[in-house]
Amino acid sequence: MDDKSLIARRVALELKDGMLANLGIGLPTMVAGYLPAGVTVSFQSENGIIGMCPVPADGLVNADLTDAGGSPIGALPGASAFDSAFSFGLIRGGHLDVTVLGGLEVDEAGHLANWMVPGKMVPGMGGAMDLVTGARRVIVAMTHTAKGAAKIVPCCTLPLTALRRVDLVVTELAVIEPTAEGLVLREVAPGVSIAQVIAATSARLIVPEHVPEMVL
Amino acid sequence: MKSIITPAAAAALVPDGAVLMIGGFMGVGTPERLIDALVLAGRRNLTVIANDTARPGVGIGKLIDAGLVAKVIASHIGTNPETQRQMIAGAIAVELVPQGSLAERVRSGGYGLGGVLTPTGLGTPAEEGKTKLELEGVTYLVERALKADFALIAAKHADYDGNLDYALTARNFNPLMAMAAATVIVEPQEIVPVGTLTPDMVVTPHVLVDHLVGKEKRHG
Repeated sequence: MDDKSLIARRVALELKDGMLANLGIGLPTMVAGYLPAGVTVSFQSENGIIGMCPVPADGLVNADLTDAGGSPIGALPGASAFDSAFSFGLIRGGHLDVTVLGGLEVDEAGHLANWMVPGKMVPGMGGAMDLVTGARRVIVAMTHTAKGAAKIVPCCTLPLTALRRVDLVVTELAVIEPTAEGLVLREVAPGVSIAQVIAATSARLIVPEHVPEMVL
Repeated sequence: MKSIITPAAAAALVPDGAVLMIGGFMGVGTPERLIDALVLAGRRNLTVIANDTARPGVGIGKLIDAGLVAKVIASHIGTNPETQRQMIAGAIAVELVPQGSLAERVRSGGYGLGGVLTPTGLGTPAEEGKTKLELEGVTYLVERALKADFALIAAKHADYDGNLDYALTARNFNPLMAMAAATVIVEPQEIVPVGTLTPDMVVTPHVLVDHLVGKEKRHG
């Protein structure tokens, strides 16, 4: 299994039956493909729909039905469409159970930076700040390092997405839970040692006596 | 019955320097024929309030390509390298606003409110220059209302009176913007007889709409 599939598969286990979930563009979108059997989750896209599903067959694509990245999607029977104020009311108002987002950096305070690199990339925050501020649970799905550099750092150097402490970070090496005490190493990926995780992390990790292997 | 005008006649209403709210999300739910007419008319120095600037050659991206936009208030410009190039060159001023805050700023403009209080953006560059307010122990950012001279709206159906419904995710900012501009110009996919849209189906009531843009006549 490649790194991204492993991350998506592990994150999918965090989604529970009946939840309303919002998946970011890219790797987080892959999570929908790994839902365990018997788990039904409603997926929101912040451009205004609950009940999105993968793109239908050729010829059935609707130009007025896309995800937040502008790519075609489908809508399940029972889906609903709404405007942007309502959509972000769902997000900020405590109605969204979980969001899964990519990350550029996460730090010891559990702060996430995922929307800009000053001087290099200024795309705009889109819905990311509202999602991290408002979702009941925020899961960061990202590769552990970028070109060898640690992404889990003592203190974010990039502009933050929100002041809120994220709830879980899932990488191809580990599952890490930000807490009031710091970053707790909860699981290691199959075949990965605790020492390998620590070596790839510049932040201080709290390592419990027993760190189980991810069950995928 | 509402006046039904051509895209060119609609563009002629818009002066240089106008502040435009334009519906759409990555070009989905953007009134493309109105945009084409604005480009053809060469309206300059426009301020555009919209979720994003789509891509070069698509939706609002066409206004950017033509160099007609002086200022953008949006949540995202990352999909349009031309917007970024003009921003770096100093040709376009870009104000980035979190998407939910942008929606609420437009909504409050149309609802007679001065703005909204939101926790979104605190501790980030989005709070720069904005007032913070503490209410019952919680800190909020004050996001001020936005208004525009014109709203350019894409609807699914309009009836002859101007009642509107919307298509799926092409709804997005359109109904909010239809409340927040002095003049509302709507490009529906189809214009239908009054009564076709039942009261429950109407999302934007006709009183908010000033002009409908019709399809060009086809001969033969």
